Amino acid sequence: MKVVVAVKAVAALDDEAELVDGDTAVDPDGLEWDLNEWDAFSLEEALTLRDGAGDGEVVALTVGDEEAQDSLLACLAKGADRAVRIWDDALEGADPLAVARVLAAAIEPEAPDLVLCGVQSSDAVNGATGVAVAAHLGLPHVAVVKRLELEAGVATVERELEGGLVEVLRIRLPALMTIQTGINEPRYATLRAIKQARDKPLSELGLDDVGLDAARVGASAGARLRRLRHPEKGEGAEMLDGSPEDVAARIADIVKERMSA
Amino acid sequence: MILVIAETRRGELRPVTLELVTAALGLKEAAGGRVAVAVIDADASSFAGALAVAGVDEVLAVSASTPHFEAHHTQRAVEALIEAEQPALILLGHTIDSMGFGSAVAARLGLGFASDVTAVSWDGGPIATRGAYGGKLVAELDFPGHERTLLTVRAGAFDPADAAGAEPAVRPFDVAFDPPLTEHIEFREAATGDVDITKADFLLSIGRGIEDKDNIAQFEELAERLGATLSVSRPLVDAGWMSNARQVGQSGKTVQPKVYLALGISGAVQHLAGMQKADTIIAVNTDPDAPIFGVAHYGAVADLFDVAEALEQHFA
Ligand SMILES: Cc1cc2nc3c(=O)[nH]c(=O)nc-3n(C[C@H](O)[C@H](O)[C@H](O)COP(=O)(O)OP(=O)(O)OC[C@H]3O[C@@H](n4cnc5c(N)ncnc54)[C@H](O)[C@@H]3O)c2cc1C
Ligand SMILES: Nc1ncnc2c1ncn2[C@@H]1O[C@H](COP(=O)(O)O)[C@@H](O)[C@H]1O
Repeated sequence: MKVVVAVKAVAALDDEAELVDGDTAVDPDGLEWDLNEWDAFSLEEALTLRDGAGDGEVVALTVGDEEAQDSLLACLAKGADRAVRIWDDALEGADPLAVARVLAAAIEPEAPDLVLCGVQSSDAVNGATGVAVAAHLGLPHVAVVKRLELEAGVATVERELEGGLVEVLRIRLPALMTIQTGINEPRYATLRAIKQARDKPLSELGLDDVGLDAARVGASAGARLRRLRHPEKGEGAEMLDGSPEDVAARIADIVKERMSA
Repeated sequence: MILVIAETRRGELRPVTLELVTAALGLKEAAGGRVAVAVIDADASSFAGALAVAGVDEVLAVSASTPHFEAHHTQRAVEALIEAEQPALILLGHTIDSMGFGSAVAARLGLGFASDVTAVSWDGGPIATRGAYGGKLVAELDFPGHERTLLTVRAGAFDPADAAGAEPAVRPFDVAFDPPLTEHIEFREAATGDVDITKADFLLSIGRGIEDKDNIAQFEELAERLGATLSVSRPLVDAGWMSNARQVGQSGKTVQPKVYLALGISGAVQHLAGMQKADTIIAVNTDPDAPIFGVAHYGAVADLFDVAEALEQHFA
């Protein structure tokens, strides 16, 4: 059982994040990096499947610069056997289709039984990369999986639909799935495992290592970022200022007024 | 031309479809003057009446070979439609079904692509607006080098078009399907819980900001004191702390209470989908840039525990 898990280090904006480069990027000083929430669940699912099968390998794969290194190490600490980080400066700001092209090129030679992605990344919220990878690899796929059981090369999965409705369906491996939060309880790494993670194999690849170059990746991009801006204020909430007591008093008034209306 | 891909489920047209029609009609002249809606369903032509919107030129009916949505079949059908009709713009809802094939179509055909789009304009080609950095920023995208662009549009971003016009012409569109790659077993309804949050007038809603399972009891007490029903964001259900009957959002319940008091909820799009129509939304969050403040009527940048404690005093 070989599972490749595509994991992304996601950036959270801190309060003072500033726009730079003609408003097409955020000053890196204003970003904090972490493993994408959805990818913690897909990694856990991969580890469980590997351990259930009794043998096999879990490979964590990311497209990212040095900021992504800690997230990859976290995956190794949690139990991934191997990690791969692919980067080229041409990938800065890459859109989901370009990232999918790179991921697919790196996954293909691995010939996994299963590829797992998260439903979405918490920073970009594309909800798009996973099935685009499947398209490049020609793999059958299911998106938004909240339960997964494997038997004799066939997966029975629950696909989570709107309003809590669930579709149960079957799909034959090899396949790609995008994993939804809540499917399992992601483990924490022990301190010892975190130390040992540095001894596990982590390869750093460039585009040529996966048979691509900047021009081909650029050609697969779906969009170009024209500019970033802060959301328009004004339309938003009326802010209640003051101490917590002041705020609570105002809230109490509003609630009482609205509920008696 | 603009091609709208309708979404159907179990014999019903999903509401996002008429929102896509509104988006398409707004760009119709700029994008070549024609709007077609494609329905991919076992009973595709039966939806023409539901799509009777003035300005829709044609319904393309693809007779699906499976009774329910099958991602690979829909992908195949949409690819065939794009190749035959050559639309400049293809609009899908940013829905669970679309997440199963939309970006695959774009990757295979080399289309311009963006997802979860909240606004579209036209300047020689489409220009799309979407969130960035978890919705804390807004991004404007264009699609240079692409003659065709596929966008998945956020549900609720456009008002639904009024389907009270004349029934549009229906043109059958044949697609040669391979055997499906997934096998539908069944649909399972959401479990019904001990509480119906959709009936409550006043919801006290807590999110990941409450930090710990042990803190839940405190908010159950507060809700009782306030005469509110307790509801939650998804992470509290994922963690097993609360039953999914209390979850507000896209994959939970859609609520419309008189008052929705949100403590420690960031306001992710899938949460907003379930509560943004509440009469009065009050949000308490330590992060001044939390997207929830974009839909709230009243907001406070404050620690929820402090506010909760002070709030108790006002409700004897
Ligand atoms: C297909 C799909 C369906 C989904 N369906 C749903 C759904 O139905 N419902 C849903 O809720 N989510 C849903 N989600 C998940 C959604 O994307 C978000 O992950 C989730 O809504 C985040 O919940 P949250 O706001 O509680 O947590 P977070 O985003 O982590 O936000 C916590 C907030 O608490 C604030 N905070 C922290 N400490 C304090 C404090 N002491 N005082 C005040 N504020 C504090 C923080 O500033 C932060 O804004 C879905 C996701 C997907 C992909
Ligand atoms: N740069 C990346 N490196 C590795 N995996 C990624 C990357 N970007 C997206 N993914 C995968 O695609 C999923 C969905 O992300 P997105 O389409 O950006 O919302 C993530 O949960 C990851 O599994």
